[in-house]
Amino acid sequence: MNASAHRCGGAPIITGEDIIVRYHRRTVVDVPRFQLCDGETHAILGPSGSGKSTLLRVLGLLERPTRGRITLDGRAVTAGDKGARMMMAAVFQNPYLFKGTVSENVAYGLRLRGVPKSERDDRVAAVLERVGLGGTQRQSALRLSGGEAQRVALARALVLEPRILLLDEPLSYLDPLIKRRLVQDFSRILSADGVTALYVTHDQDEAMVVADRVSIINDGAVIRTGGVDEVMTLPTSPWVADFIGMDAALSGTILESVEGIAEVLVGEERVFARTDLPPGTDVLVGIRPEDVMLFEAWAETPVSSARNQLLMRVESIEHMGSTDRVSLHSNGMRIASSISRAASRELDLTVGAEVRAFFKATSVWVQSAAGVPSGV
Amino acid sequence: MEVFWSAFVDSIKLLFGGDAALYEIIGLSLRVSGISLVLAMCIGVPLGYVIGSRRFPGRGLVVAIVNTGMGLPPVVVGLTVYMLLSRSGPIWDLYLTLMGQEMPRVLYTVPAMIVAQVIISSPLVTGVTLAAVASVPAELRLQARSLGASKLQEAILTVKEARRGIMAAVAAGFGGIISEVGAVNMVGGNIAGKTRVMTTAIQLETGQGNFGLALALGLILIGISFVIMNGFTRVQQSGGRYER
Amino acid sequence: MIDRLRDKAIWRFGVVFLAFALVFSLAGCAAEEPAEEPAAEEPVAEEPIETTDLILASTTSTQDSGLFDVLIPAFEEAHPEYKVNVIAVGTGEALELGQNKDADVLLVHAKAKEEAFVADGYGTERRDVMYNDFIIVGPPADPAGIKGGTVADALKKISDSGATFISRGDDSGTHTAEKALWEKSAIKPAGAWYNSAGKGMGDVLTMASEMGGYTLTDRATYLNMKNDLQLEILCEGDTVLFNQYGVIPVTDATNMEGAQAFADWIVSDEAQTIIGEYGVEKFGAPLFFPNAQ
Repeated sequence: MNASAHRCGGAPIITGEDIIVRYHRRTVVDVPRFQLCDGETHAILGPSGSGKSTLLRVLGLLERPTRGRITLDGRAVTAGDKGARMMMAAVFQNPYLFKGTVSENVAYGLRLRGVPKSERDDRVAAVLERVGLGGTQRQSALRLSGGEAQRVALARALVLEPRILLLDEPLSYLDPLIKRRLVQDFSRILSADGVTALYVTHDQDEAMVVADRVSIINDGAVIRTGGVDEVMTLPTSPWVADFIGMDAALSGTILESVEGIAEVLVGEERVFARTDLPPGTDVLVGIRPEDVMLFEAWAETPVSSARNQLLMRVESIEHMGSTDRVSLHSNGMRIASSISRAASRELDLTVGAEVRAFFKATSVWVQSAAGVPSGV
Repeated sequence: MEVFWSAFVDSIKLLFGGDAALYEIIGLSLRVSGISLVLAMCIGVPLGYVIGSRRFPGRGLVVAIVNTGMGLPPVVVGLTVYMLLSRSGPIWDLYLTLMGQEMPRVLYTVPAMIVAQVIISSPLVTGVTLAAVASVPAELRLQARSLGASKLQEAILTVKEARRGIMAAVAAGFGGIISEVGAVNMVGGNIAGKTRVMTTAIQLETGQGNFGLALALGLILIGISFVIMNGFTRVQQSGGRYER
Repeated sequence: MIDRLRDKAIWRFGVVFLAFALVFSLAGCAAEEPAEEPAAEEPVAEEPIETTDLILASTTSTQDSGLFDVLIPAFEEAHPEYKVNVIAVGTGEALELGQNKDADVLLVHAKAKEEAFVADGYGTERRDVMYNDFIIVGPPADPAGIKGGTVADALKKISDSGATFISRGDDSGTHTAEKALWEKSAIKPAGAWYNSAGKGMGDVLTMASEMGGYTLTDRATYLNMKNDLQLEILCEGDTVLFNQYGVIPVTDATNMEGAQAFADWIVSDEAQTIIGEYGVEKFGAPLFFPNAQ
């Protein structure tokens, strides 16, 4: 994940410009510009009703926008362009398998493309093998389990070897166990093949596993696009921060830089971070709570490679299922730490108590503040 | 009870008695019903698909009209067709004006009966198809489209998915046609050897007080309906292995 | 999942609908009850006449002529204890209804069959009531050229020229009369020109008009429908065309007294006068000629 990932890695395949979708006079999508680049998996991440699925259908030529232009490989296209649509295939939240066998389902798109039967059979067999359903061709598609059905849906799209794979919340109906397995499978398939994919989800963990780049969408507007680590670690607005479960990014200035490790002034604290930006740059700084470890304030400095060791005061403690989220502050700097419940009990944390926070320089995400929209 | 038993025995005797007039009536019934059904399907299935699968302004009104059409009183249909085709009707006048000669008579012929039957059964086929198609999720069509299906291919897939419901539509249409008497009597004229079908024959025998014969004919009609409906049901239920 | 939800919604709708239906029907009952009570308390203004239903089976042609519209009210005025229900069917069906005792009294016009009906014990007696006459009508152009000739002559010309003829074909009184006329002229009516319709008089007149064909009809129905038909009277006045109506009370009928009362009344001077005057005002000539003895 390189720092320039917020720009297109490859050439843009699909570009949407001035896309506006209105349903009954309500604006559902209003996106001035959206690019899907060759070879990337681009997640559109947003809460329910944010317009993310609509944006996918518009970019995937499945629905006409109220207004806007879509270009595919630099050529203007519309939903009526069958040739353009033939270059894409989609998997939706619900697999919506057709009546018939697994094989008939997977071969559906191939039949539409006039692929001869023998070739169809070979390709179906190969793709089923790939999604882990080898030999299920003759089974009834409507008697599969949820996970199997979603794999068939994926196979049905993959078998077409589409330039662009459209995935609309493909895992959200599945139970957590199957979801964990499938998200790995999806990630492997999407990266191994260098497939270009648009992946709509409301689950940031899922997005972090599968995506190269992420666009965060809310109320029909894309409010942040960039490399997955950058977007997920450096929320530029309170809303994004809240949505991805982080504090808003901190503002800082690089004081000096030695061999790629910079000393950044945040409030009145100094933090070490890995970055190539030169001294004097105003930056945004973020640390994921999972990367911050806590120790008793009086503890001796443990042997650790963590460059940053700060004595901080506990501001609040939130119970988050299996972990506790501890908000900390010192000298105008505010970070959070996510620790296990057991560790939390052991530290006997109380609001106002002092603790020692440790985190690596490589865990501190730094981005130039210039050119990043703020306060959205 | 004896009456019904003897009617049953009579119906068997009649059916296998080699009565040419009866076979002619049965044949005409099947021909009129078959042609009408095919035409009603040609109208009703595409129309039902479009109304069932699209969202457009005024759709609720269109559905209400179709549902009303499903309950059209056959006699009113017969009367309307009669008035349209009559020598003093508008079509006759129009034909005379346009072609400069008198229109060949359509009233009291088999085509007139078919017209009435198609009008009666098309809303039935449309309405039931509509309901069947509407029960197929719109996302399924979206899925097909996303795999490269054209509008027509989408429609074919939807009809396949809704196959059971559409067979029910065909059965409803057939049921409406084969049992119909009011309209065919009015526009067909119940002319022996020309436009007399099972239902009008039953009505005639009833009118003449030949209740036993009327009942026997009725049983034959029910038997024929049963055989055909059974065929529909078999088609409808085949491939159940792949149903949801 | 969605389907299941939808099913659930349908069920819910069904339950709500049934609940409404139940509530309304109960409300209906509740609303009716108080209405009945004051009615029971009110003093009865008039001695109520206990009426019994009387079922008169007659022919569609009589019904279509409109005669019953004046005859039945007059009978009910003379005999307020009876309420007449007319069932208009073909003569054949009317006789069958009588035989099954589903009708109390018959007013039909197929003399030979009626006499057989009484002879077989299904009716108590048969009395002449009135007659009307049959006429042959056809297209104004008269393609067979039958105008002004005798009945036998007309039928021969029609069959020889193959001009369209529409027969009632329903075993009705008119059909019986028609068959008798063909038989008398020794012609066996068959072929593409001869259409056996199996329908009532009104329908057959309409068909004849539409098809440009000839038919045998009773004068009353024809005059009643004349304005809507492109048909003219082409043969009339021949004595073979007279059509006698008879009244028969059914043996062991449900309402035997009513049946007898009706039979007695319809041959009375009062009823005979009404019959003789009916149609004069509207058509300029009577439709039926009373001839009860």
